[in-house]
Amino acid sequence: MQGRFGYAKGSLLSVGDLSVAEVSAVLRVTAELEAMPRAERVKVLAGRTIALLFCESSTRTRTSFELAAKQLGATTTLVSDKSSSIEKGESLKDTGLTLRALGAECIILRHANSGAPYVLARTTGLPVLNAGDGMHEHPSQALLDLRTMLVRLFGVERAAFVNADSLRGVTVVITGDILHSRVARSNAMLLPRLGAKVLLCGPEALLPEDALGLGEGVEIVRDFDVALARAQVVMMLRIQKERLAGLELNLGEYVGRYQLNAERLAACVPGALVLHPGPMIRGLEIAGEVADGANSAIEDQVRHGLSVRSALLVRALGTGGFESVTV
Amino acid sequence: MSDVLILGGRVVDPASGVDDLRDIWLRDGRVAAVELPGGLKDVKAAETLDAAGCVVAPGFVDVHVHFREPGQTYKETIATGTKAAAAGGYTSVVMMPNTVPVNDSVATHEWMVDAARGAIVKLFTMPAATVGSMGEVLTDYAALVKAGAVGFTDDGKPVLEDAVMRAALLGAGRLGVPVSQHAEDTRLTGGCSMNAGPVAFRLGLRGMTVEAEARIVERDIRLLREIEKSDGVLAHLHVQHVSTARAMDAIRQAKAHGLHVTCEVAPHHFTLTDEAIGDYDTHAKMNPPLRDEADRMAMVAGLLDGTADCIATDHAPHAAHEKEVEFERAANGITGLETALGLALRVLHKANGMPLARVMGLMSAAPAGIVGLEGRGSLGVGSFGDVVIFDAGAEWVYEAAKGWSKSRNTPFDGAGMVGRVRGTLVEGRVVYKG
Repeated sequence: MQGRFGYAKGSLLSVGDLSVAEVSAVLRVTAELEAMPRAERVKVLAGRTIALLFCESSTRTRTSFELAAKQLGATTTLVSDKSSSIEKGESLKDTGLTLRALGAECIILRHANSGAPYVLARTTGLPVLNAGDGMHEHPSQALLDLRTMLVRLFGVERAAFVNADSLRGVTVVITGDILHSRVARSNAMLLPRLGAKVLLCGPEALLPEDALGLGEGVEIVRDFDVALARAQVVMMLRIQKERLAGLELNLGEYVGRYQLNAERLAACVPGALVLHPGPMIRGLEIAGEVADGANSAIEDQVRHGLSVRSALLVRALGTGGFESVTV
Repeated sequence: MSDVLILGGRVVDPASGVDDLRDIWLRDGRVAAVELPGGLKDVKAAETLDAAGCVVAPGFVDVHVHFREPGQTYKETIATGTKAAAAGGYTSVVMMPNTVPVNDSVATHEWMVDAARGAIVKLFTMPAATVGSMGEVLTDYAALVKAGAVGFTDDGKPVLEDAVMRAALLGAGRLGVPVSQHAEDTRLTGGCSMNAGPVAFRLGLRGMTVEAEARIVERDIRLLREIEKSDGVLAHLHVQHVSTARAMDAIRQAKAHGLHVTCEVAPHHFTLTDEAIGDYDTHAKMNPPLRDEADRMAMVAGLLDGTADCIATDHAPHAAHEKEVEFERAANGITGLETALGLALRVLHKANGMPLARVMGLMSAAPAGIVGLEGRGSLGVGSFGDVVIFDAGAEWVYEAAKGWSKSRNTPFDGAGMVGRVRGTLVEGRVVYKG
């Protein structure tokens, strides 16, 4: 079955694939699944088969998708680029067709190349969930970040529904290596559609002016302290050494200007909610005392990841009452 | 020998200043007569073609095609590539040297142009500027020109080193042929797969900057000036597939200073922008990449004001499996021979008001002149009987699956075209009927 983009219904390749109503439906199902007794939850996708294809390392995303699928009763199989025939030169298309022939009904893909999930979705016709593609997007991360914000800012009851005004008045600062961050792109494209203001913060080398093209509601503020003073939420990003491609940074200077530490937080915005998609490098973009402090929602993010990804699997496999909004 | 009458058509031949109803007689491979309608009624020819309602123009000349033979015949052969050329109205094509092995010797050149390859249009070669296109040692220009080479290029990559490019321009200049440069400073484009800018940022792809193209063009122009001063040679630089306003401006200025610079623009660069990549459509991936709207309009402006000398397709066939992959890993290039006329008439003639005769000049007389094809690019009496006959008003939809190329890698599958080729003749022989 093909959806409006020509990709299988239930695919999630970009946050742009989701209307606000669909985002709201994901949050509703997330809440429903979370409230469901474990014995019930395990029946939801019983007998279904889900493949995880991870061509780049991952801890949180892989584990949470896998646990989510298992808690819903699905059978999962994990293929990684190391130790699979991808090492022998098998293409993404052929890997996908093989997984489909083995009965996979949905593929969760993590890949180092931007856009790889589109190739997989086009060539297999299966619903594909983008679990992070290169520097492009990480849509399930943006959705779990959204849920974390909603729960911490407004309480769990108000986290099961959103509209275009749900984050009106909320300013989210995203700081660090924006250029290489798929998390930044997905959040910057999702949150403004719910009314939030997104301030991107970082040095020119890691945050080119081209980032303004991500859409309405996105601003660049180079001075971290100035940005922080306007924030309700601050999201810190790791410098992605593996993607710097020859770019040289003075880390000492970077830490001085952009590290989120206790003094800076206290001086600029003592009440802000602190997020980090992980993996974090303590002592670099974020000080350990902030990551472990009362403002931090970092572990909440991981927990919400499990339930949001459960909802995305239910959506991908065509259950959970999504039909009414995915037409 | 050949003996053909083409009657009743509107002859558009900028080289001889004709744009009116004319009858044409082709005999023994040459244009024997061009007369007012009815003027050839006493001629008894072996074959008569009715061109009523059609434009009759000099066959098109493409100074930039990749036919993949020898070495990559699963993508295209000289036989299939020249069939695509004929279907697009082309009667002469210039093959780039990035075959396997690279065409850097008289032996490879002669193998390519051998009749056994089965070319159905005139095939010319532009051998490598440096041995193996490695950018270090010049090939044997004198011997290659003697064998028929029409210029030199390391197309696909630039001649990067100043001293090597200077020697190439000087050596080719002394022989009266151009060095055709792929202008990309590859020191600035590592890991890049599209144009730099907001679209690349959104897609998370590394982008090639405008500067990477302009820097090489500006460097090459500086070398031309130096060569003129110190060696007294007016060397000929031909800039391939210009894609940026900045490079076009540099060429405009160089021409104003009297330097011998020519350049080509590819149909995709005057038709599409980087937005065409959409959901990572690898059929919109080529090098140089599709740019933004301002650059696209600068290509149209350059063609309109004469800064751009000709249209060249950069016909670059690839097999499906080389395109059905991750965008960054996909091969660069698209096919172009069968869509060039349709896009030129749609975008340049219809949408931007370029006179038909000017479009014809950009596709025939001008490119023939750049690579010095004597007697081609014109329908003047005595010229070769290279002719395209097309219905200039026909609007149609291109279907890649019905194409003649061995490959289907085009962003124009399903795109609207204006002008349909009805017949192509090479030296008086019909090679294509549509």
